[in-house]
Amino acid sequence: MATESDLSCNGLIRRFGKTAAVDHISLDVPAGTFFSILGPSGCGKTTLLRLLAGFDKPDEGDIFIRGQRMNDVPPNKRPVNMVFQHLALFPTMTVGDNIGYGLKRRKVPAAERRKRIARVLEQVGLPGLEQRNPQELSGGQRQRVALARCLVLEPTLLLLDEPLGALDLKLREQMKVELKHLQKQFGTTFVYITHDQSEAMVMSDQVAVMKNGRFEQVAPPEELYREPATPFVAGFVGDNNRLSGEVVTLADNMADIRLDNGEVVRGRLAANGLSSGDRAELYVRPESLMFTGEALKDGFCAMQAKVLTTLFDGANSRVEAENGGQPVFARLPQDGTAPRLTTGAEIRLAWDPKLARVYGAGQS
Amino acid sequence: MNASASRLSLWLLLTPFLLWIVLLVLVPHLQMLRVSFQVRESWDTLAWGLEQYQNFFSESYYWRTFVRTGVMSLFTTFLTLLIAFPIAWYIARLARGRSKGILFLACLIPFWASELVRTYGWMILLRESGLFSSWLQALGWVDGPVEMLYNDVAVIIGLVYNGLLFMVVPLVTTLDGMDENLVEAGYDLGGGHATVLREVVIPWAMPGIVSGCIVVFMLTLGSYLTPILMGGKDSAWFTEQIFTQFITRFNWEQGAALGVLLLVLSSLMVWLGLKLTGQSLRKVMG
Repeated sequence: MATESDLSCNGLIRRFGKTAAVDHISLDVPAGTFFSILGPSGCGKTTLLRLLAGFDKPDEGDIFIRGQRMNDVPPNKRPVNMVFQHLALFPTMTVGDNIGYGLKRRKVPAAERRKRIARVLEQVGLPGLEQRNPQELSGGQRQRVALARCLVLEPTLLLLDEPLGALDLKLREQMKVELKHLQKQFGTTFVYITHDQSEAMVMSDQVAVMKNGRFEQVAPPEELYREPATPFVAGFVGDNNRLSGEVVTLADNMADIRLDNGEVVRGRLAANGLSSGDRAELYVRPESLMFTGEALKDGFCAMQAKVLTTLFDGANSRVEAENGGQPVFARLPQDGTAPRLTTGAEIRLAWDPKLARVYGAGQS
Repeated sequence: MNASASRLSLWLLLTPFLLWIVLLVLVPHLQMLRVSFQVRESWDTLAWGLEQYQNFFSESYYWRTFVRTGVMSLFTTFLTLLIAFPIAWYIARLARGRSKGILFLACLIPFWASELVRTYGWMILLRESGLFSSWLQALGWVDGPVEMLYNDVAVIIGLVYNGLLFMVVPLVTTLDGMDENLVEAGYDLGGGHATVLREVVIPWAMPGIVSGCIVVFMLTLGSYLTPILMGGKDSAWFTEQIFTQFITRFNWEQGAALGVLLLVLSSLMVWLGLKLTGQSLRKVMG
C-alpha cells in the first residue's frame, strides 16, 4: 500500500441485507488534504464515514491509515476522530472537560492538559471559555468546541459528518471559510461528508461524488464542475440544463445533436461508444448560455426558446424557458446587457460548444 | 370567561388536591407527631413527654432494627440499580419497535398481581418443599431438602423483585433520551467501555438513577409484607415494630414515635442522596 497517503481504502463493501450501502469504494487521501464526499442523502456516505471511524465493519475490503491496516482496530484505538452531525458534545461536562476528555484517556498530566486545552481554544477562536457549559454557547461556538475536542488530540485523520447542517445560512457561509482555514492551520487531513455541493466545492482539495454506494467521480472541485465524468455529476454539481436528442455527426471529440424540435446543436463528447443515430443528452450550464439576436459568435451554436417566466434573485436571477417541451434555465446578468423579457417571448440562446457536454442517453 | 368564573374553576380544580394534601397527608402526620409526644400516665390521663423517643434509644432492639432496616434498604436499592441498569439499557437502546413495547410490558406483568401474591410466588420457589429445593435434590446436588426462605437473602430477593419496575421505568426514560452519538463520541475520543460508562452514560442517566433510587428506597423502607413473609424470626423489619405497637400492644404513642422516626430517616436519606449526587428534586422528578 502507498504509505505516503493518510488514508487509503480498496474495494470497501458494506451490505445491509441485499443492498450494498457502500459498494466497491476505493480511495486515496494524501496527507494534509481536505477531502469531501458529496452525495444525496441515502447514497451511503454516512455508512462510509462510520466504516472509517470504526463504528461499523466492512464486509469486504481494507482500510489503511498511514499504511496501517485498520479493519480490526476498535474506534478508541484509531488515530481518527470524528465531528458528529449534531456534534455530540458531552452535556454533563464543561467545555474544558469536553476537550480534556481525550487527553485524559491518553494519561496526559493535568497541568499539561490545561495548557493544551487553553491553546486549542485559542486556536479555534474561543479563548477562556473552559468553564462554560456547552449548552450556554451559540451554534457556531459549539461547532468550534467540537472541532477543538478532536484537534487537540492531533489525529491523523479528522472525519466530519455534515457538521454545518444545523447552522443557519449566514453562519454556515462563515464556518465554511473558517473550517478551510483551520484545516490549513492544523495541517490535519479532513474527510468531510456533505450533501451540500457548495460546502464541498468551497472547502475541498478533492471531492468524491457518491451515488448508490459508488464513487461517480473523484476530482478537484473545478474539474468536477468543468468536466463532469457522468450525467449524474453534471446534474448534481452546479446547475445544469439537460437537452435530449439524437446524434447526427461525430467529429474531433465534438458531437452534433438534433434536438426533438429539429434544431441541431453542438457539445463536447463526454462518453465513448456513441455513434450517429444514438439517443444522447447534452448538458449545458445556465451560466454558459448567452442571449443573442441573429448575430452569432464564431463557433457558437444556438437554439430557439420560449420564455416561461423570469425569476429575480439579484445576482442569481434566471429565466425559465422551454425548447420543444424541454425546460431550459439561463442566467440573467444584472449588468444591463440582458434584454427585457416577457412571458411567451421568443429568444435565442447561444453557447460555446466546448462548454457543453454530451453523454449517451440512459447513462445516469 | 370573567374573573370570578376563572377563580371558581381554579378552586374546583384545586379542591381534590387540597383535600388530599390536608386530609390524607398533613392531618394524619401532624396527628401522629402529636401522639408520639404524649405519655400515658394512667388509662385516662396523658402528659407531654419524650418517653417514647427515649424508649427507642434505650431499647437496643428498636434502634438495631431501625439501623438494620435502613442498611438493608440501601443495599436493596443498590442491588436493584445494578440489576435494572442493564435491563433498562437493553430496552432503551438495543430493543427496537415491537420488542421494546413487549419488554416494557414484561416488566409490568408481575404488578398485575398484588404484593401478597408475588411474595407467595417466591415462597413457592424457595421454601423447603419448594421447586428449587426439589430440583436440587433431583439433580443429586444436595442430600435432603434445603430451606431457602426465612433469611435475609430471601428478603432482599423479594424486595429487589418488588422494586425493579420502579427503577427500570425512570432509567429507560432517561436513557431513551440520550443521543447515540454521545456514546460513539466517548469511544471515538479514546475511551474504553468502563470510561464511557463512567464519564458519559452514568452522568447522563443521573437524574433517572437518583429518582429510581429514591422511589425504590422509600418503597423498600416502608414495605411490610415481603420482609414479614419471607424473613425469618431474626429478620426483623422496622414496619413490623410499628405494626406491633399499634395493633398487638395497642401502644399508639410508641407506634407513632417509631413512625415519625421512620419518616425522618427516609427524608434524611433522600436529602443526603440528592446532596451527594448534586441533583435537585425538581430535576429528578421532572
